Amino acid sequence: MDLHAIQIPFHPFVLPFTIGLIFVAFYIIGKWIYWVSRFSWEDKKKIFVGLFSLKTPQAIWEVFMESLLHRKVFQRNTLLGYMHMSLAFGWFLLIIMGNLETRFFTHGRINPPYIPIFFEFFEHNLVSLDYGRFFTFTMDLLLLFVLSGVGLAYFKRFRSKPLGMKNTTKHSTIDRLALTALWLIFPLRLLAESVTAGLYDAGGFITNSIGAFMMTFLPLHNFYYASWWAYSFALGAFFVFVPFTRYMHIPTEILLIFLRKYGIAEKNIHSTYTQVELSSCSRCGICIDACQLGSDLGIVSTQSTYFIKSMRYDKPSEMLVDSCMACNRCDQVCPVGIDIASIRANERKMIQLFQENSYKYINGYEYRKAKVAYFAGCMGHLTPSVYKATLALFEKAGVDYNFIDRDGSICCGRPLQLTGQEDAAKQLIEKNIKLIENCGATVLVTSCPICAKVFTDSYKLKIPIYHHSQYLLKLAKESKLQFEKSDIQITYHDPCELGRGLGIYEEPRELLSLAGNLIESNNSRENSLCCGGSLGITNLTQEQRNTIASITLSELAVGKADVVATACPLCKKTFKSASEDIRIADISEIMLGAVQKSANKLISKEVNKSVIINN
Amino acid sequence: MVNFGYTPLPTHIHDMDKASLTLADSISFEDASFNLCIACGSCTATCTAGSFTNFSFRQMCHQIKRGESKQAIAESEKCMLCGKCTLACPRNVNTRNIIRLVRKANQTI
Repeated sequence: MDLHAIQIPFHPFVLPFTIGLIFVAFYIIGKWIYWVSRFSWEDKKKIFVGLFSLKTPQAIWEVFMESLLHRKVFQRNTLLGYMHMSLAFGWFLLIIMGNLETRFFTHGRINPPYIPIFFEFFEHNLVSLDYGRFFTFTMDLLLLFVLSGVGLAYFKRFRSKPLGMKNTTKHSTIDRLALTALWLIFPLRLLAESVTAGLYDAGGFITNSIGAFMMTFLPLHNFYYASWWAYSFALGAFFVFVPFTRYMHIPTEILLIFLRKYGIAEKNIHSTYTQVELSSCSRCGICIDACQLGSDLGIVSTQSTYFIKSMRYDKPSEMLVDSCMACNRCDQVCPVGIDIASIRANERKMIQLFQENSYKYINGYEYRKAKVAYFAGCMGHLTPSVYKATLALFEKAGVDYNFIDRDGSICCGRPLQLTGQEDAAKQLIEKNIKLIENCGATVLVTSCPICAKVFTDSYKLKIPIYHHSQYLLKLAKESKLQFEKSDIQITYHDPCELGRGLGIYEEPRELLSLAGNLIESNNSRENSLCCGGSLGITNLTQEQRNTIASITLSELAVGKADVVATACPLCKKTFKSASEDIRIADISEIMLGAVQKSANKLISKEVNKSVIINN
Repeated sequence: MVNFGYTPLPTHIHDMDKASLTLADSISFEDASFNLCIACGSCTATCTAGSFTNFSFRQMCHQIKRGESKQAIAESEKCMLCGKCTLACPRNVNTRNIIRLVRKANQTI
């Protein structure tokens, strides 16, 4: 049959597919235009400038790597990555090859979209055409590729552990319906093509053999139209479901990758970018296993996937907004790269509990004058051993320091920020900025990562801010401090605010390795566990916090470490209350133990004395 | 009533039969750890805000339990939510959550 001489073929069964496709195409294009039009002028400018820069090819590459190959999911679990890749990349290749095939056989004619999809229906005897064997073989191979992914997806419903997931998302009814439609598409395609191949002795190595096999005992001509109708219906149904379900992530993630590349990010309040991010969530559920509320306490209904879902369709309940330790582990594992932490923080800001003049009582107060200002913070004051050790090391190095908040400080504002009390936090921040500026410091050192985080992000001070682990390392590098390395085995616990919050992973490790041998735990750096003491959550009982702390601690001490080192007074305090068997020490205490032994005792005595006298 | 020759000042009498305990009830319902308090005052002793003004978490709890909701709510605003009291509390009272619940009551009452 000479296809290009005849009219474009049509059969009513293509209608469900075509209508679904037109609907979803219009919806997606409309939604994209709507989103982009709602961006602020500044963001639009970023898009416009980025569009004609190197960022566009970079974004295209990222779309290929993430949306099609699912690189990040692969990094998590090979089988899970393969499942996602075979579905996304396999389907993509099927579409590309199907289009090439039809373009080839119709001599370059532009066909309506249903022709490549249902080509075997309109043209049975492909094998006899030029390169027919190549195309039928490739198309069957690709179909097999996709079907292997669908098979894995079926399997994952019953047993998800081999795919690296302990918990999977509990989906709503409409998501399940869409999922069913998606799962039916490829088996139905196989069926329709096999029936056709069986009837006309056509098709590739799979469809042909299955068709021939079915021919032996089934009246295939009775199934011919039904199977194509079913295939078309499954496709159409899936397309119609896309805008209302998690599958909206397929088109939205592409947009998100471009926007992110162009430099658009979350702001202090919800923005259009948030809308794009919410629709980009595929509810894959990878965040569920990352959340310690689930793994340690069995709370599996408040994780980010559910939070984002309720944000997208509705207003999240108080329970959903509040039940989060703000440890940002989910943020780290999200394969789409959604800025979950910022979205949750912004949602928490919706309720402001404090008034404009809450802290007017802070008046006429001053910090001590200093060159190198040491700020212990609230938590630092609760762990005197930490600041004593730090200050002893400062003495030893001959640093011209002063303990600016020895007589008490006001809170840095971070605990209020973490609970969403932005207005109240701002008041404290403003007051604290003045106090710090007035003390005339040229360098600010704090031993509290919570303070360090807010100093860096929100204070906009003109002086450098150091966490004590950084500053001690700097002193060691300047040879102002000499340490004696012993054979002590140390595991380092990354505090959330210092690690994921500020990206300080290496300095504490470098410093500790001057004192002993470092052992890495299974969950370190970006994947570090939270100690459970988080100030980001208020609805946990102390028992629950202790459970998290002891599980984290047991993970940390798995490598049989002599001491667990932390760089956060709050982590130290939390660990201490959870376990008495394991030695827990702040990084400064360990470093003090490693300074030349002879000078060591004297110094800490002196500091003790000076602290007592000054108090 | 036996006449001892002196009586408490009317302003110093707190009639628990007339006191409204809605706030106390709602807080102990939302966070049972509120009932664990033994009024030891560790929270007040360690309080960051307490070193600048006469804010006392312990006193606030008393006010709630006595039905003096207004005073308690006014008092709660001085808190900086820093969390030192939670760590100091020997009875594991979830102090930060109680402050939040009192502040929330401010919006509903």
